Amino acid sequence: MRGAATSGIVAAMPHIIQVTKLSKTYASGFQALKDINLDIRRGEILALLGPNGAGKTTLISIICGIVTASTGTVVVDGHDNVSDYRAARNLIGLVPQELTTDAFETVWATVSFSRGLFGKPANPAYIEKVLKDLSLWDKKDSKIITLSGGMKRRVMIAKALSHEPQILFLDEPTAGVDVNLRRDMWNLVRLLQKSGVTIILTTHYIEEAQEMADRIGVINKGEIVLVEDKDELMRKLGRKQLTLQLQDALPQLPASLADHALTLSHEGRELTYTYDSLDERTDVTALLSSLQQAGIRFKDIQTRQSSLEDIFVNLVKDHA
Amino acid sequence: MNWHAVKAIYAFEMARTRRTLMQSIISPVISTSLYFVVFGAAIGTRIQQVDGISYGAFIVPGLIMLSLLTQSISNASFGIYFPKFTGTIYELLSAPISHFEIVLSYVGAAATKSILLGLIILATAGLFVPLQIAHPFWMLLFLVLTSVTFSLVGFIIGLWADNFEKLQVVPLLIITPLTFLGGSFYSIKMLPPVWQTVTLFNPVVYLISGFRWSFYGMADVDVGISLAMTLGFMAVSLAIVAWIFKTGYKLKR
Repeated sequence: MRGAATSGIVAAMPHIIQVTKLSKTYASGFQALKDINLDIRRGEILALLGPNGAGKTTLISIICGIVTASTGTVVVDGHDNVSDYRAARNLIGLVPQELTTDAFETVWATVSFSRGLFGKPANPAYIEKVLKDLSLWDKKDSKIITLSGGMKRRVMIAKALSHEPQILFLDEPTAGVDVNLRRDMWNLVRLLQKSGVTIILTTHYIEEAQEMADRIGVINKGEIVLVEDKDELMRKLGRKQLTLQLQDALPQLPASLADHALTLSHEGRELTYTYDSLDERTDVTALLSSLQQAGIRFKDIQTRQSSLEDIFVNLVKDHA
Repeated sequence: MNWHAVKAIYAFEMARTRRTLMQSIISPVISTSLYFVVFGAAIGTRIQQVDGISYGAFIVPGLIMLSLLTQSISNASFGIYFPKFTGTIYELLSAPISHFEIVLSYVGAAATKSILLGLIILATAGLFVPLQIAHPFWMLLFLVLTSVTFSLVGFIIGLWADNFEKLQVVPLLIITPLTFLGGSFYSIKMLPPVWQTVTLFNPVVYLISGFRWSFYGMADVDVGISLAMTLGFMAVSLAIVAWIFKTGYKLKR
């Protein structure tokens, strides 16, 4: 009875992974993670962004059981990842950053091996589907050593998917991968998400996070700086810039425009107005009419919204 | 129990054996034949019978033991060291598999290989000298226990080693000398009394003596003591493996 009640609660939990007060100090004394709290929602794509050495891989490694936490807990779908490691790990597939594969095994053998390792009975039909989804089917009998780097990356993903995990960790999945493969991988991630898999990816490519993620987490120096819905984040922190190319160069800003946050550049040929896209007081119309009154004519006008990259750089700079 | 995982690792390791059949099986057979040519034919003809057994036949159990100890260690140490070296160990550490299951599958595969090897050497020896096995059950028991125990030792070395040199150090500097000095090629009764006493501190003596007893019914030390010592080594090895996994020593950061 109690078990049934507990599993009912588990199914209703919106968070598939709960990381609580997690810290890690390596034997060298280096503190890789400092008191991390992170809830990962069922079915989402969460992108973890952070510079090199921020602690992204350590965090993933602890959740997956490869690195031991110094303090704190990780609960995976209601299962503590230390005391109930079998149930927790059954749910997780991991694609590590490094291309670490066997060399002399065939693709088929290594993917089937992974499935067995995770306690699942052989299922050739499923393995076939995974290999086909990853365009690996014609390589199934090839030894891994003969494959290109991109193909090896696919093999590692196939291994991670071999046991039908509910959660997939992709640690820098597209590092050193060509554009086509990156697109393929993004498509695959979207397909997986549609089938209900929760995906956590770390990346250096902000473009990737922007393209893929539902939520963005930023890690810097072992701390979670922020976790936010991507759209919300873009809205909140996104700044807009209105750039006007002037017909005639201005020697300096006229006093009548002093109220507007304007900067003059390109030898007086360009006026830039920076504003917060959420700020209600923003009044582009007023600015334009002030310009007209001042007799300033412009030949072109463009607006630009700051990208996630700008936001990220600012965040990391602020917390440096 | 995650039997699928145990089966997967065991099959993976045995597949490695098949791929490296040359090194795994053929080279010990050749080296055993060489021992027979040199010790059995060239030197053996000049040595009297030992305890009523021809010298060629006398060295068979010792020769098998020599291969068993070195091969068990090298198979098992390589089996677990290699994933550490290539980085594929991540998969093992992140899989829903217990420490016991990891040891069972790796050590089981290494021991299987050693047992097969022992039997192949035995068959090879049968081509050179007439064999007799007085106590087949005990022979097999010692064969299995020794293979398992030294595969455990190899597993420990594989976990401990962080370079290829370290993998070689223990078999080369400890096991081979102890085996040579442990009565593989002679009865310790042939030694002066002082050295007989010293030799009794060599654990390999008990393994070889017990094994030889199962063949010819005669031994340097009592077979009960041999069995107790073999089981004792196994217990110590198991304790060390348990400690390694408990602390994550050299496995987890």
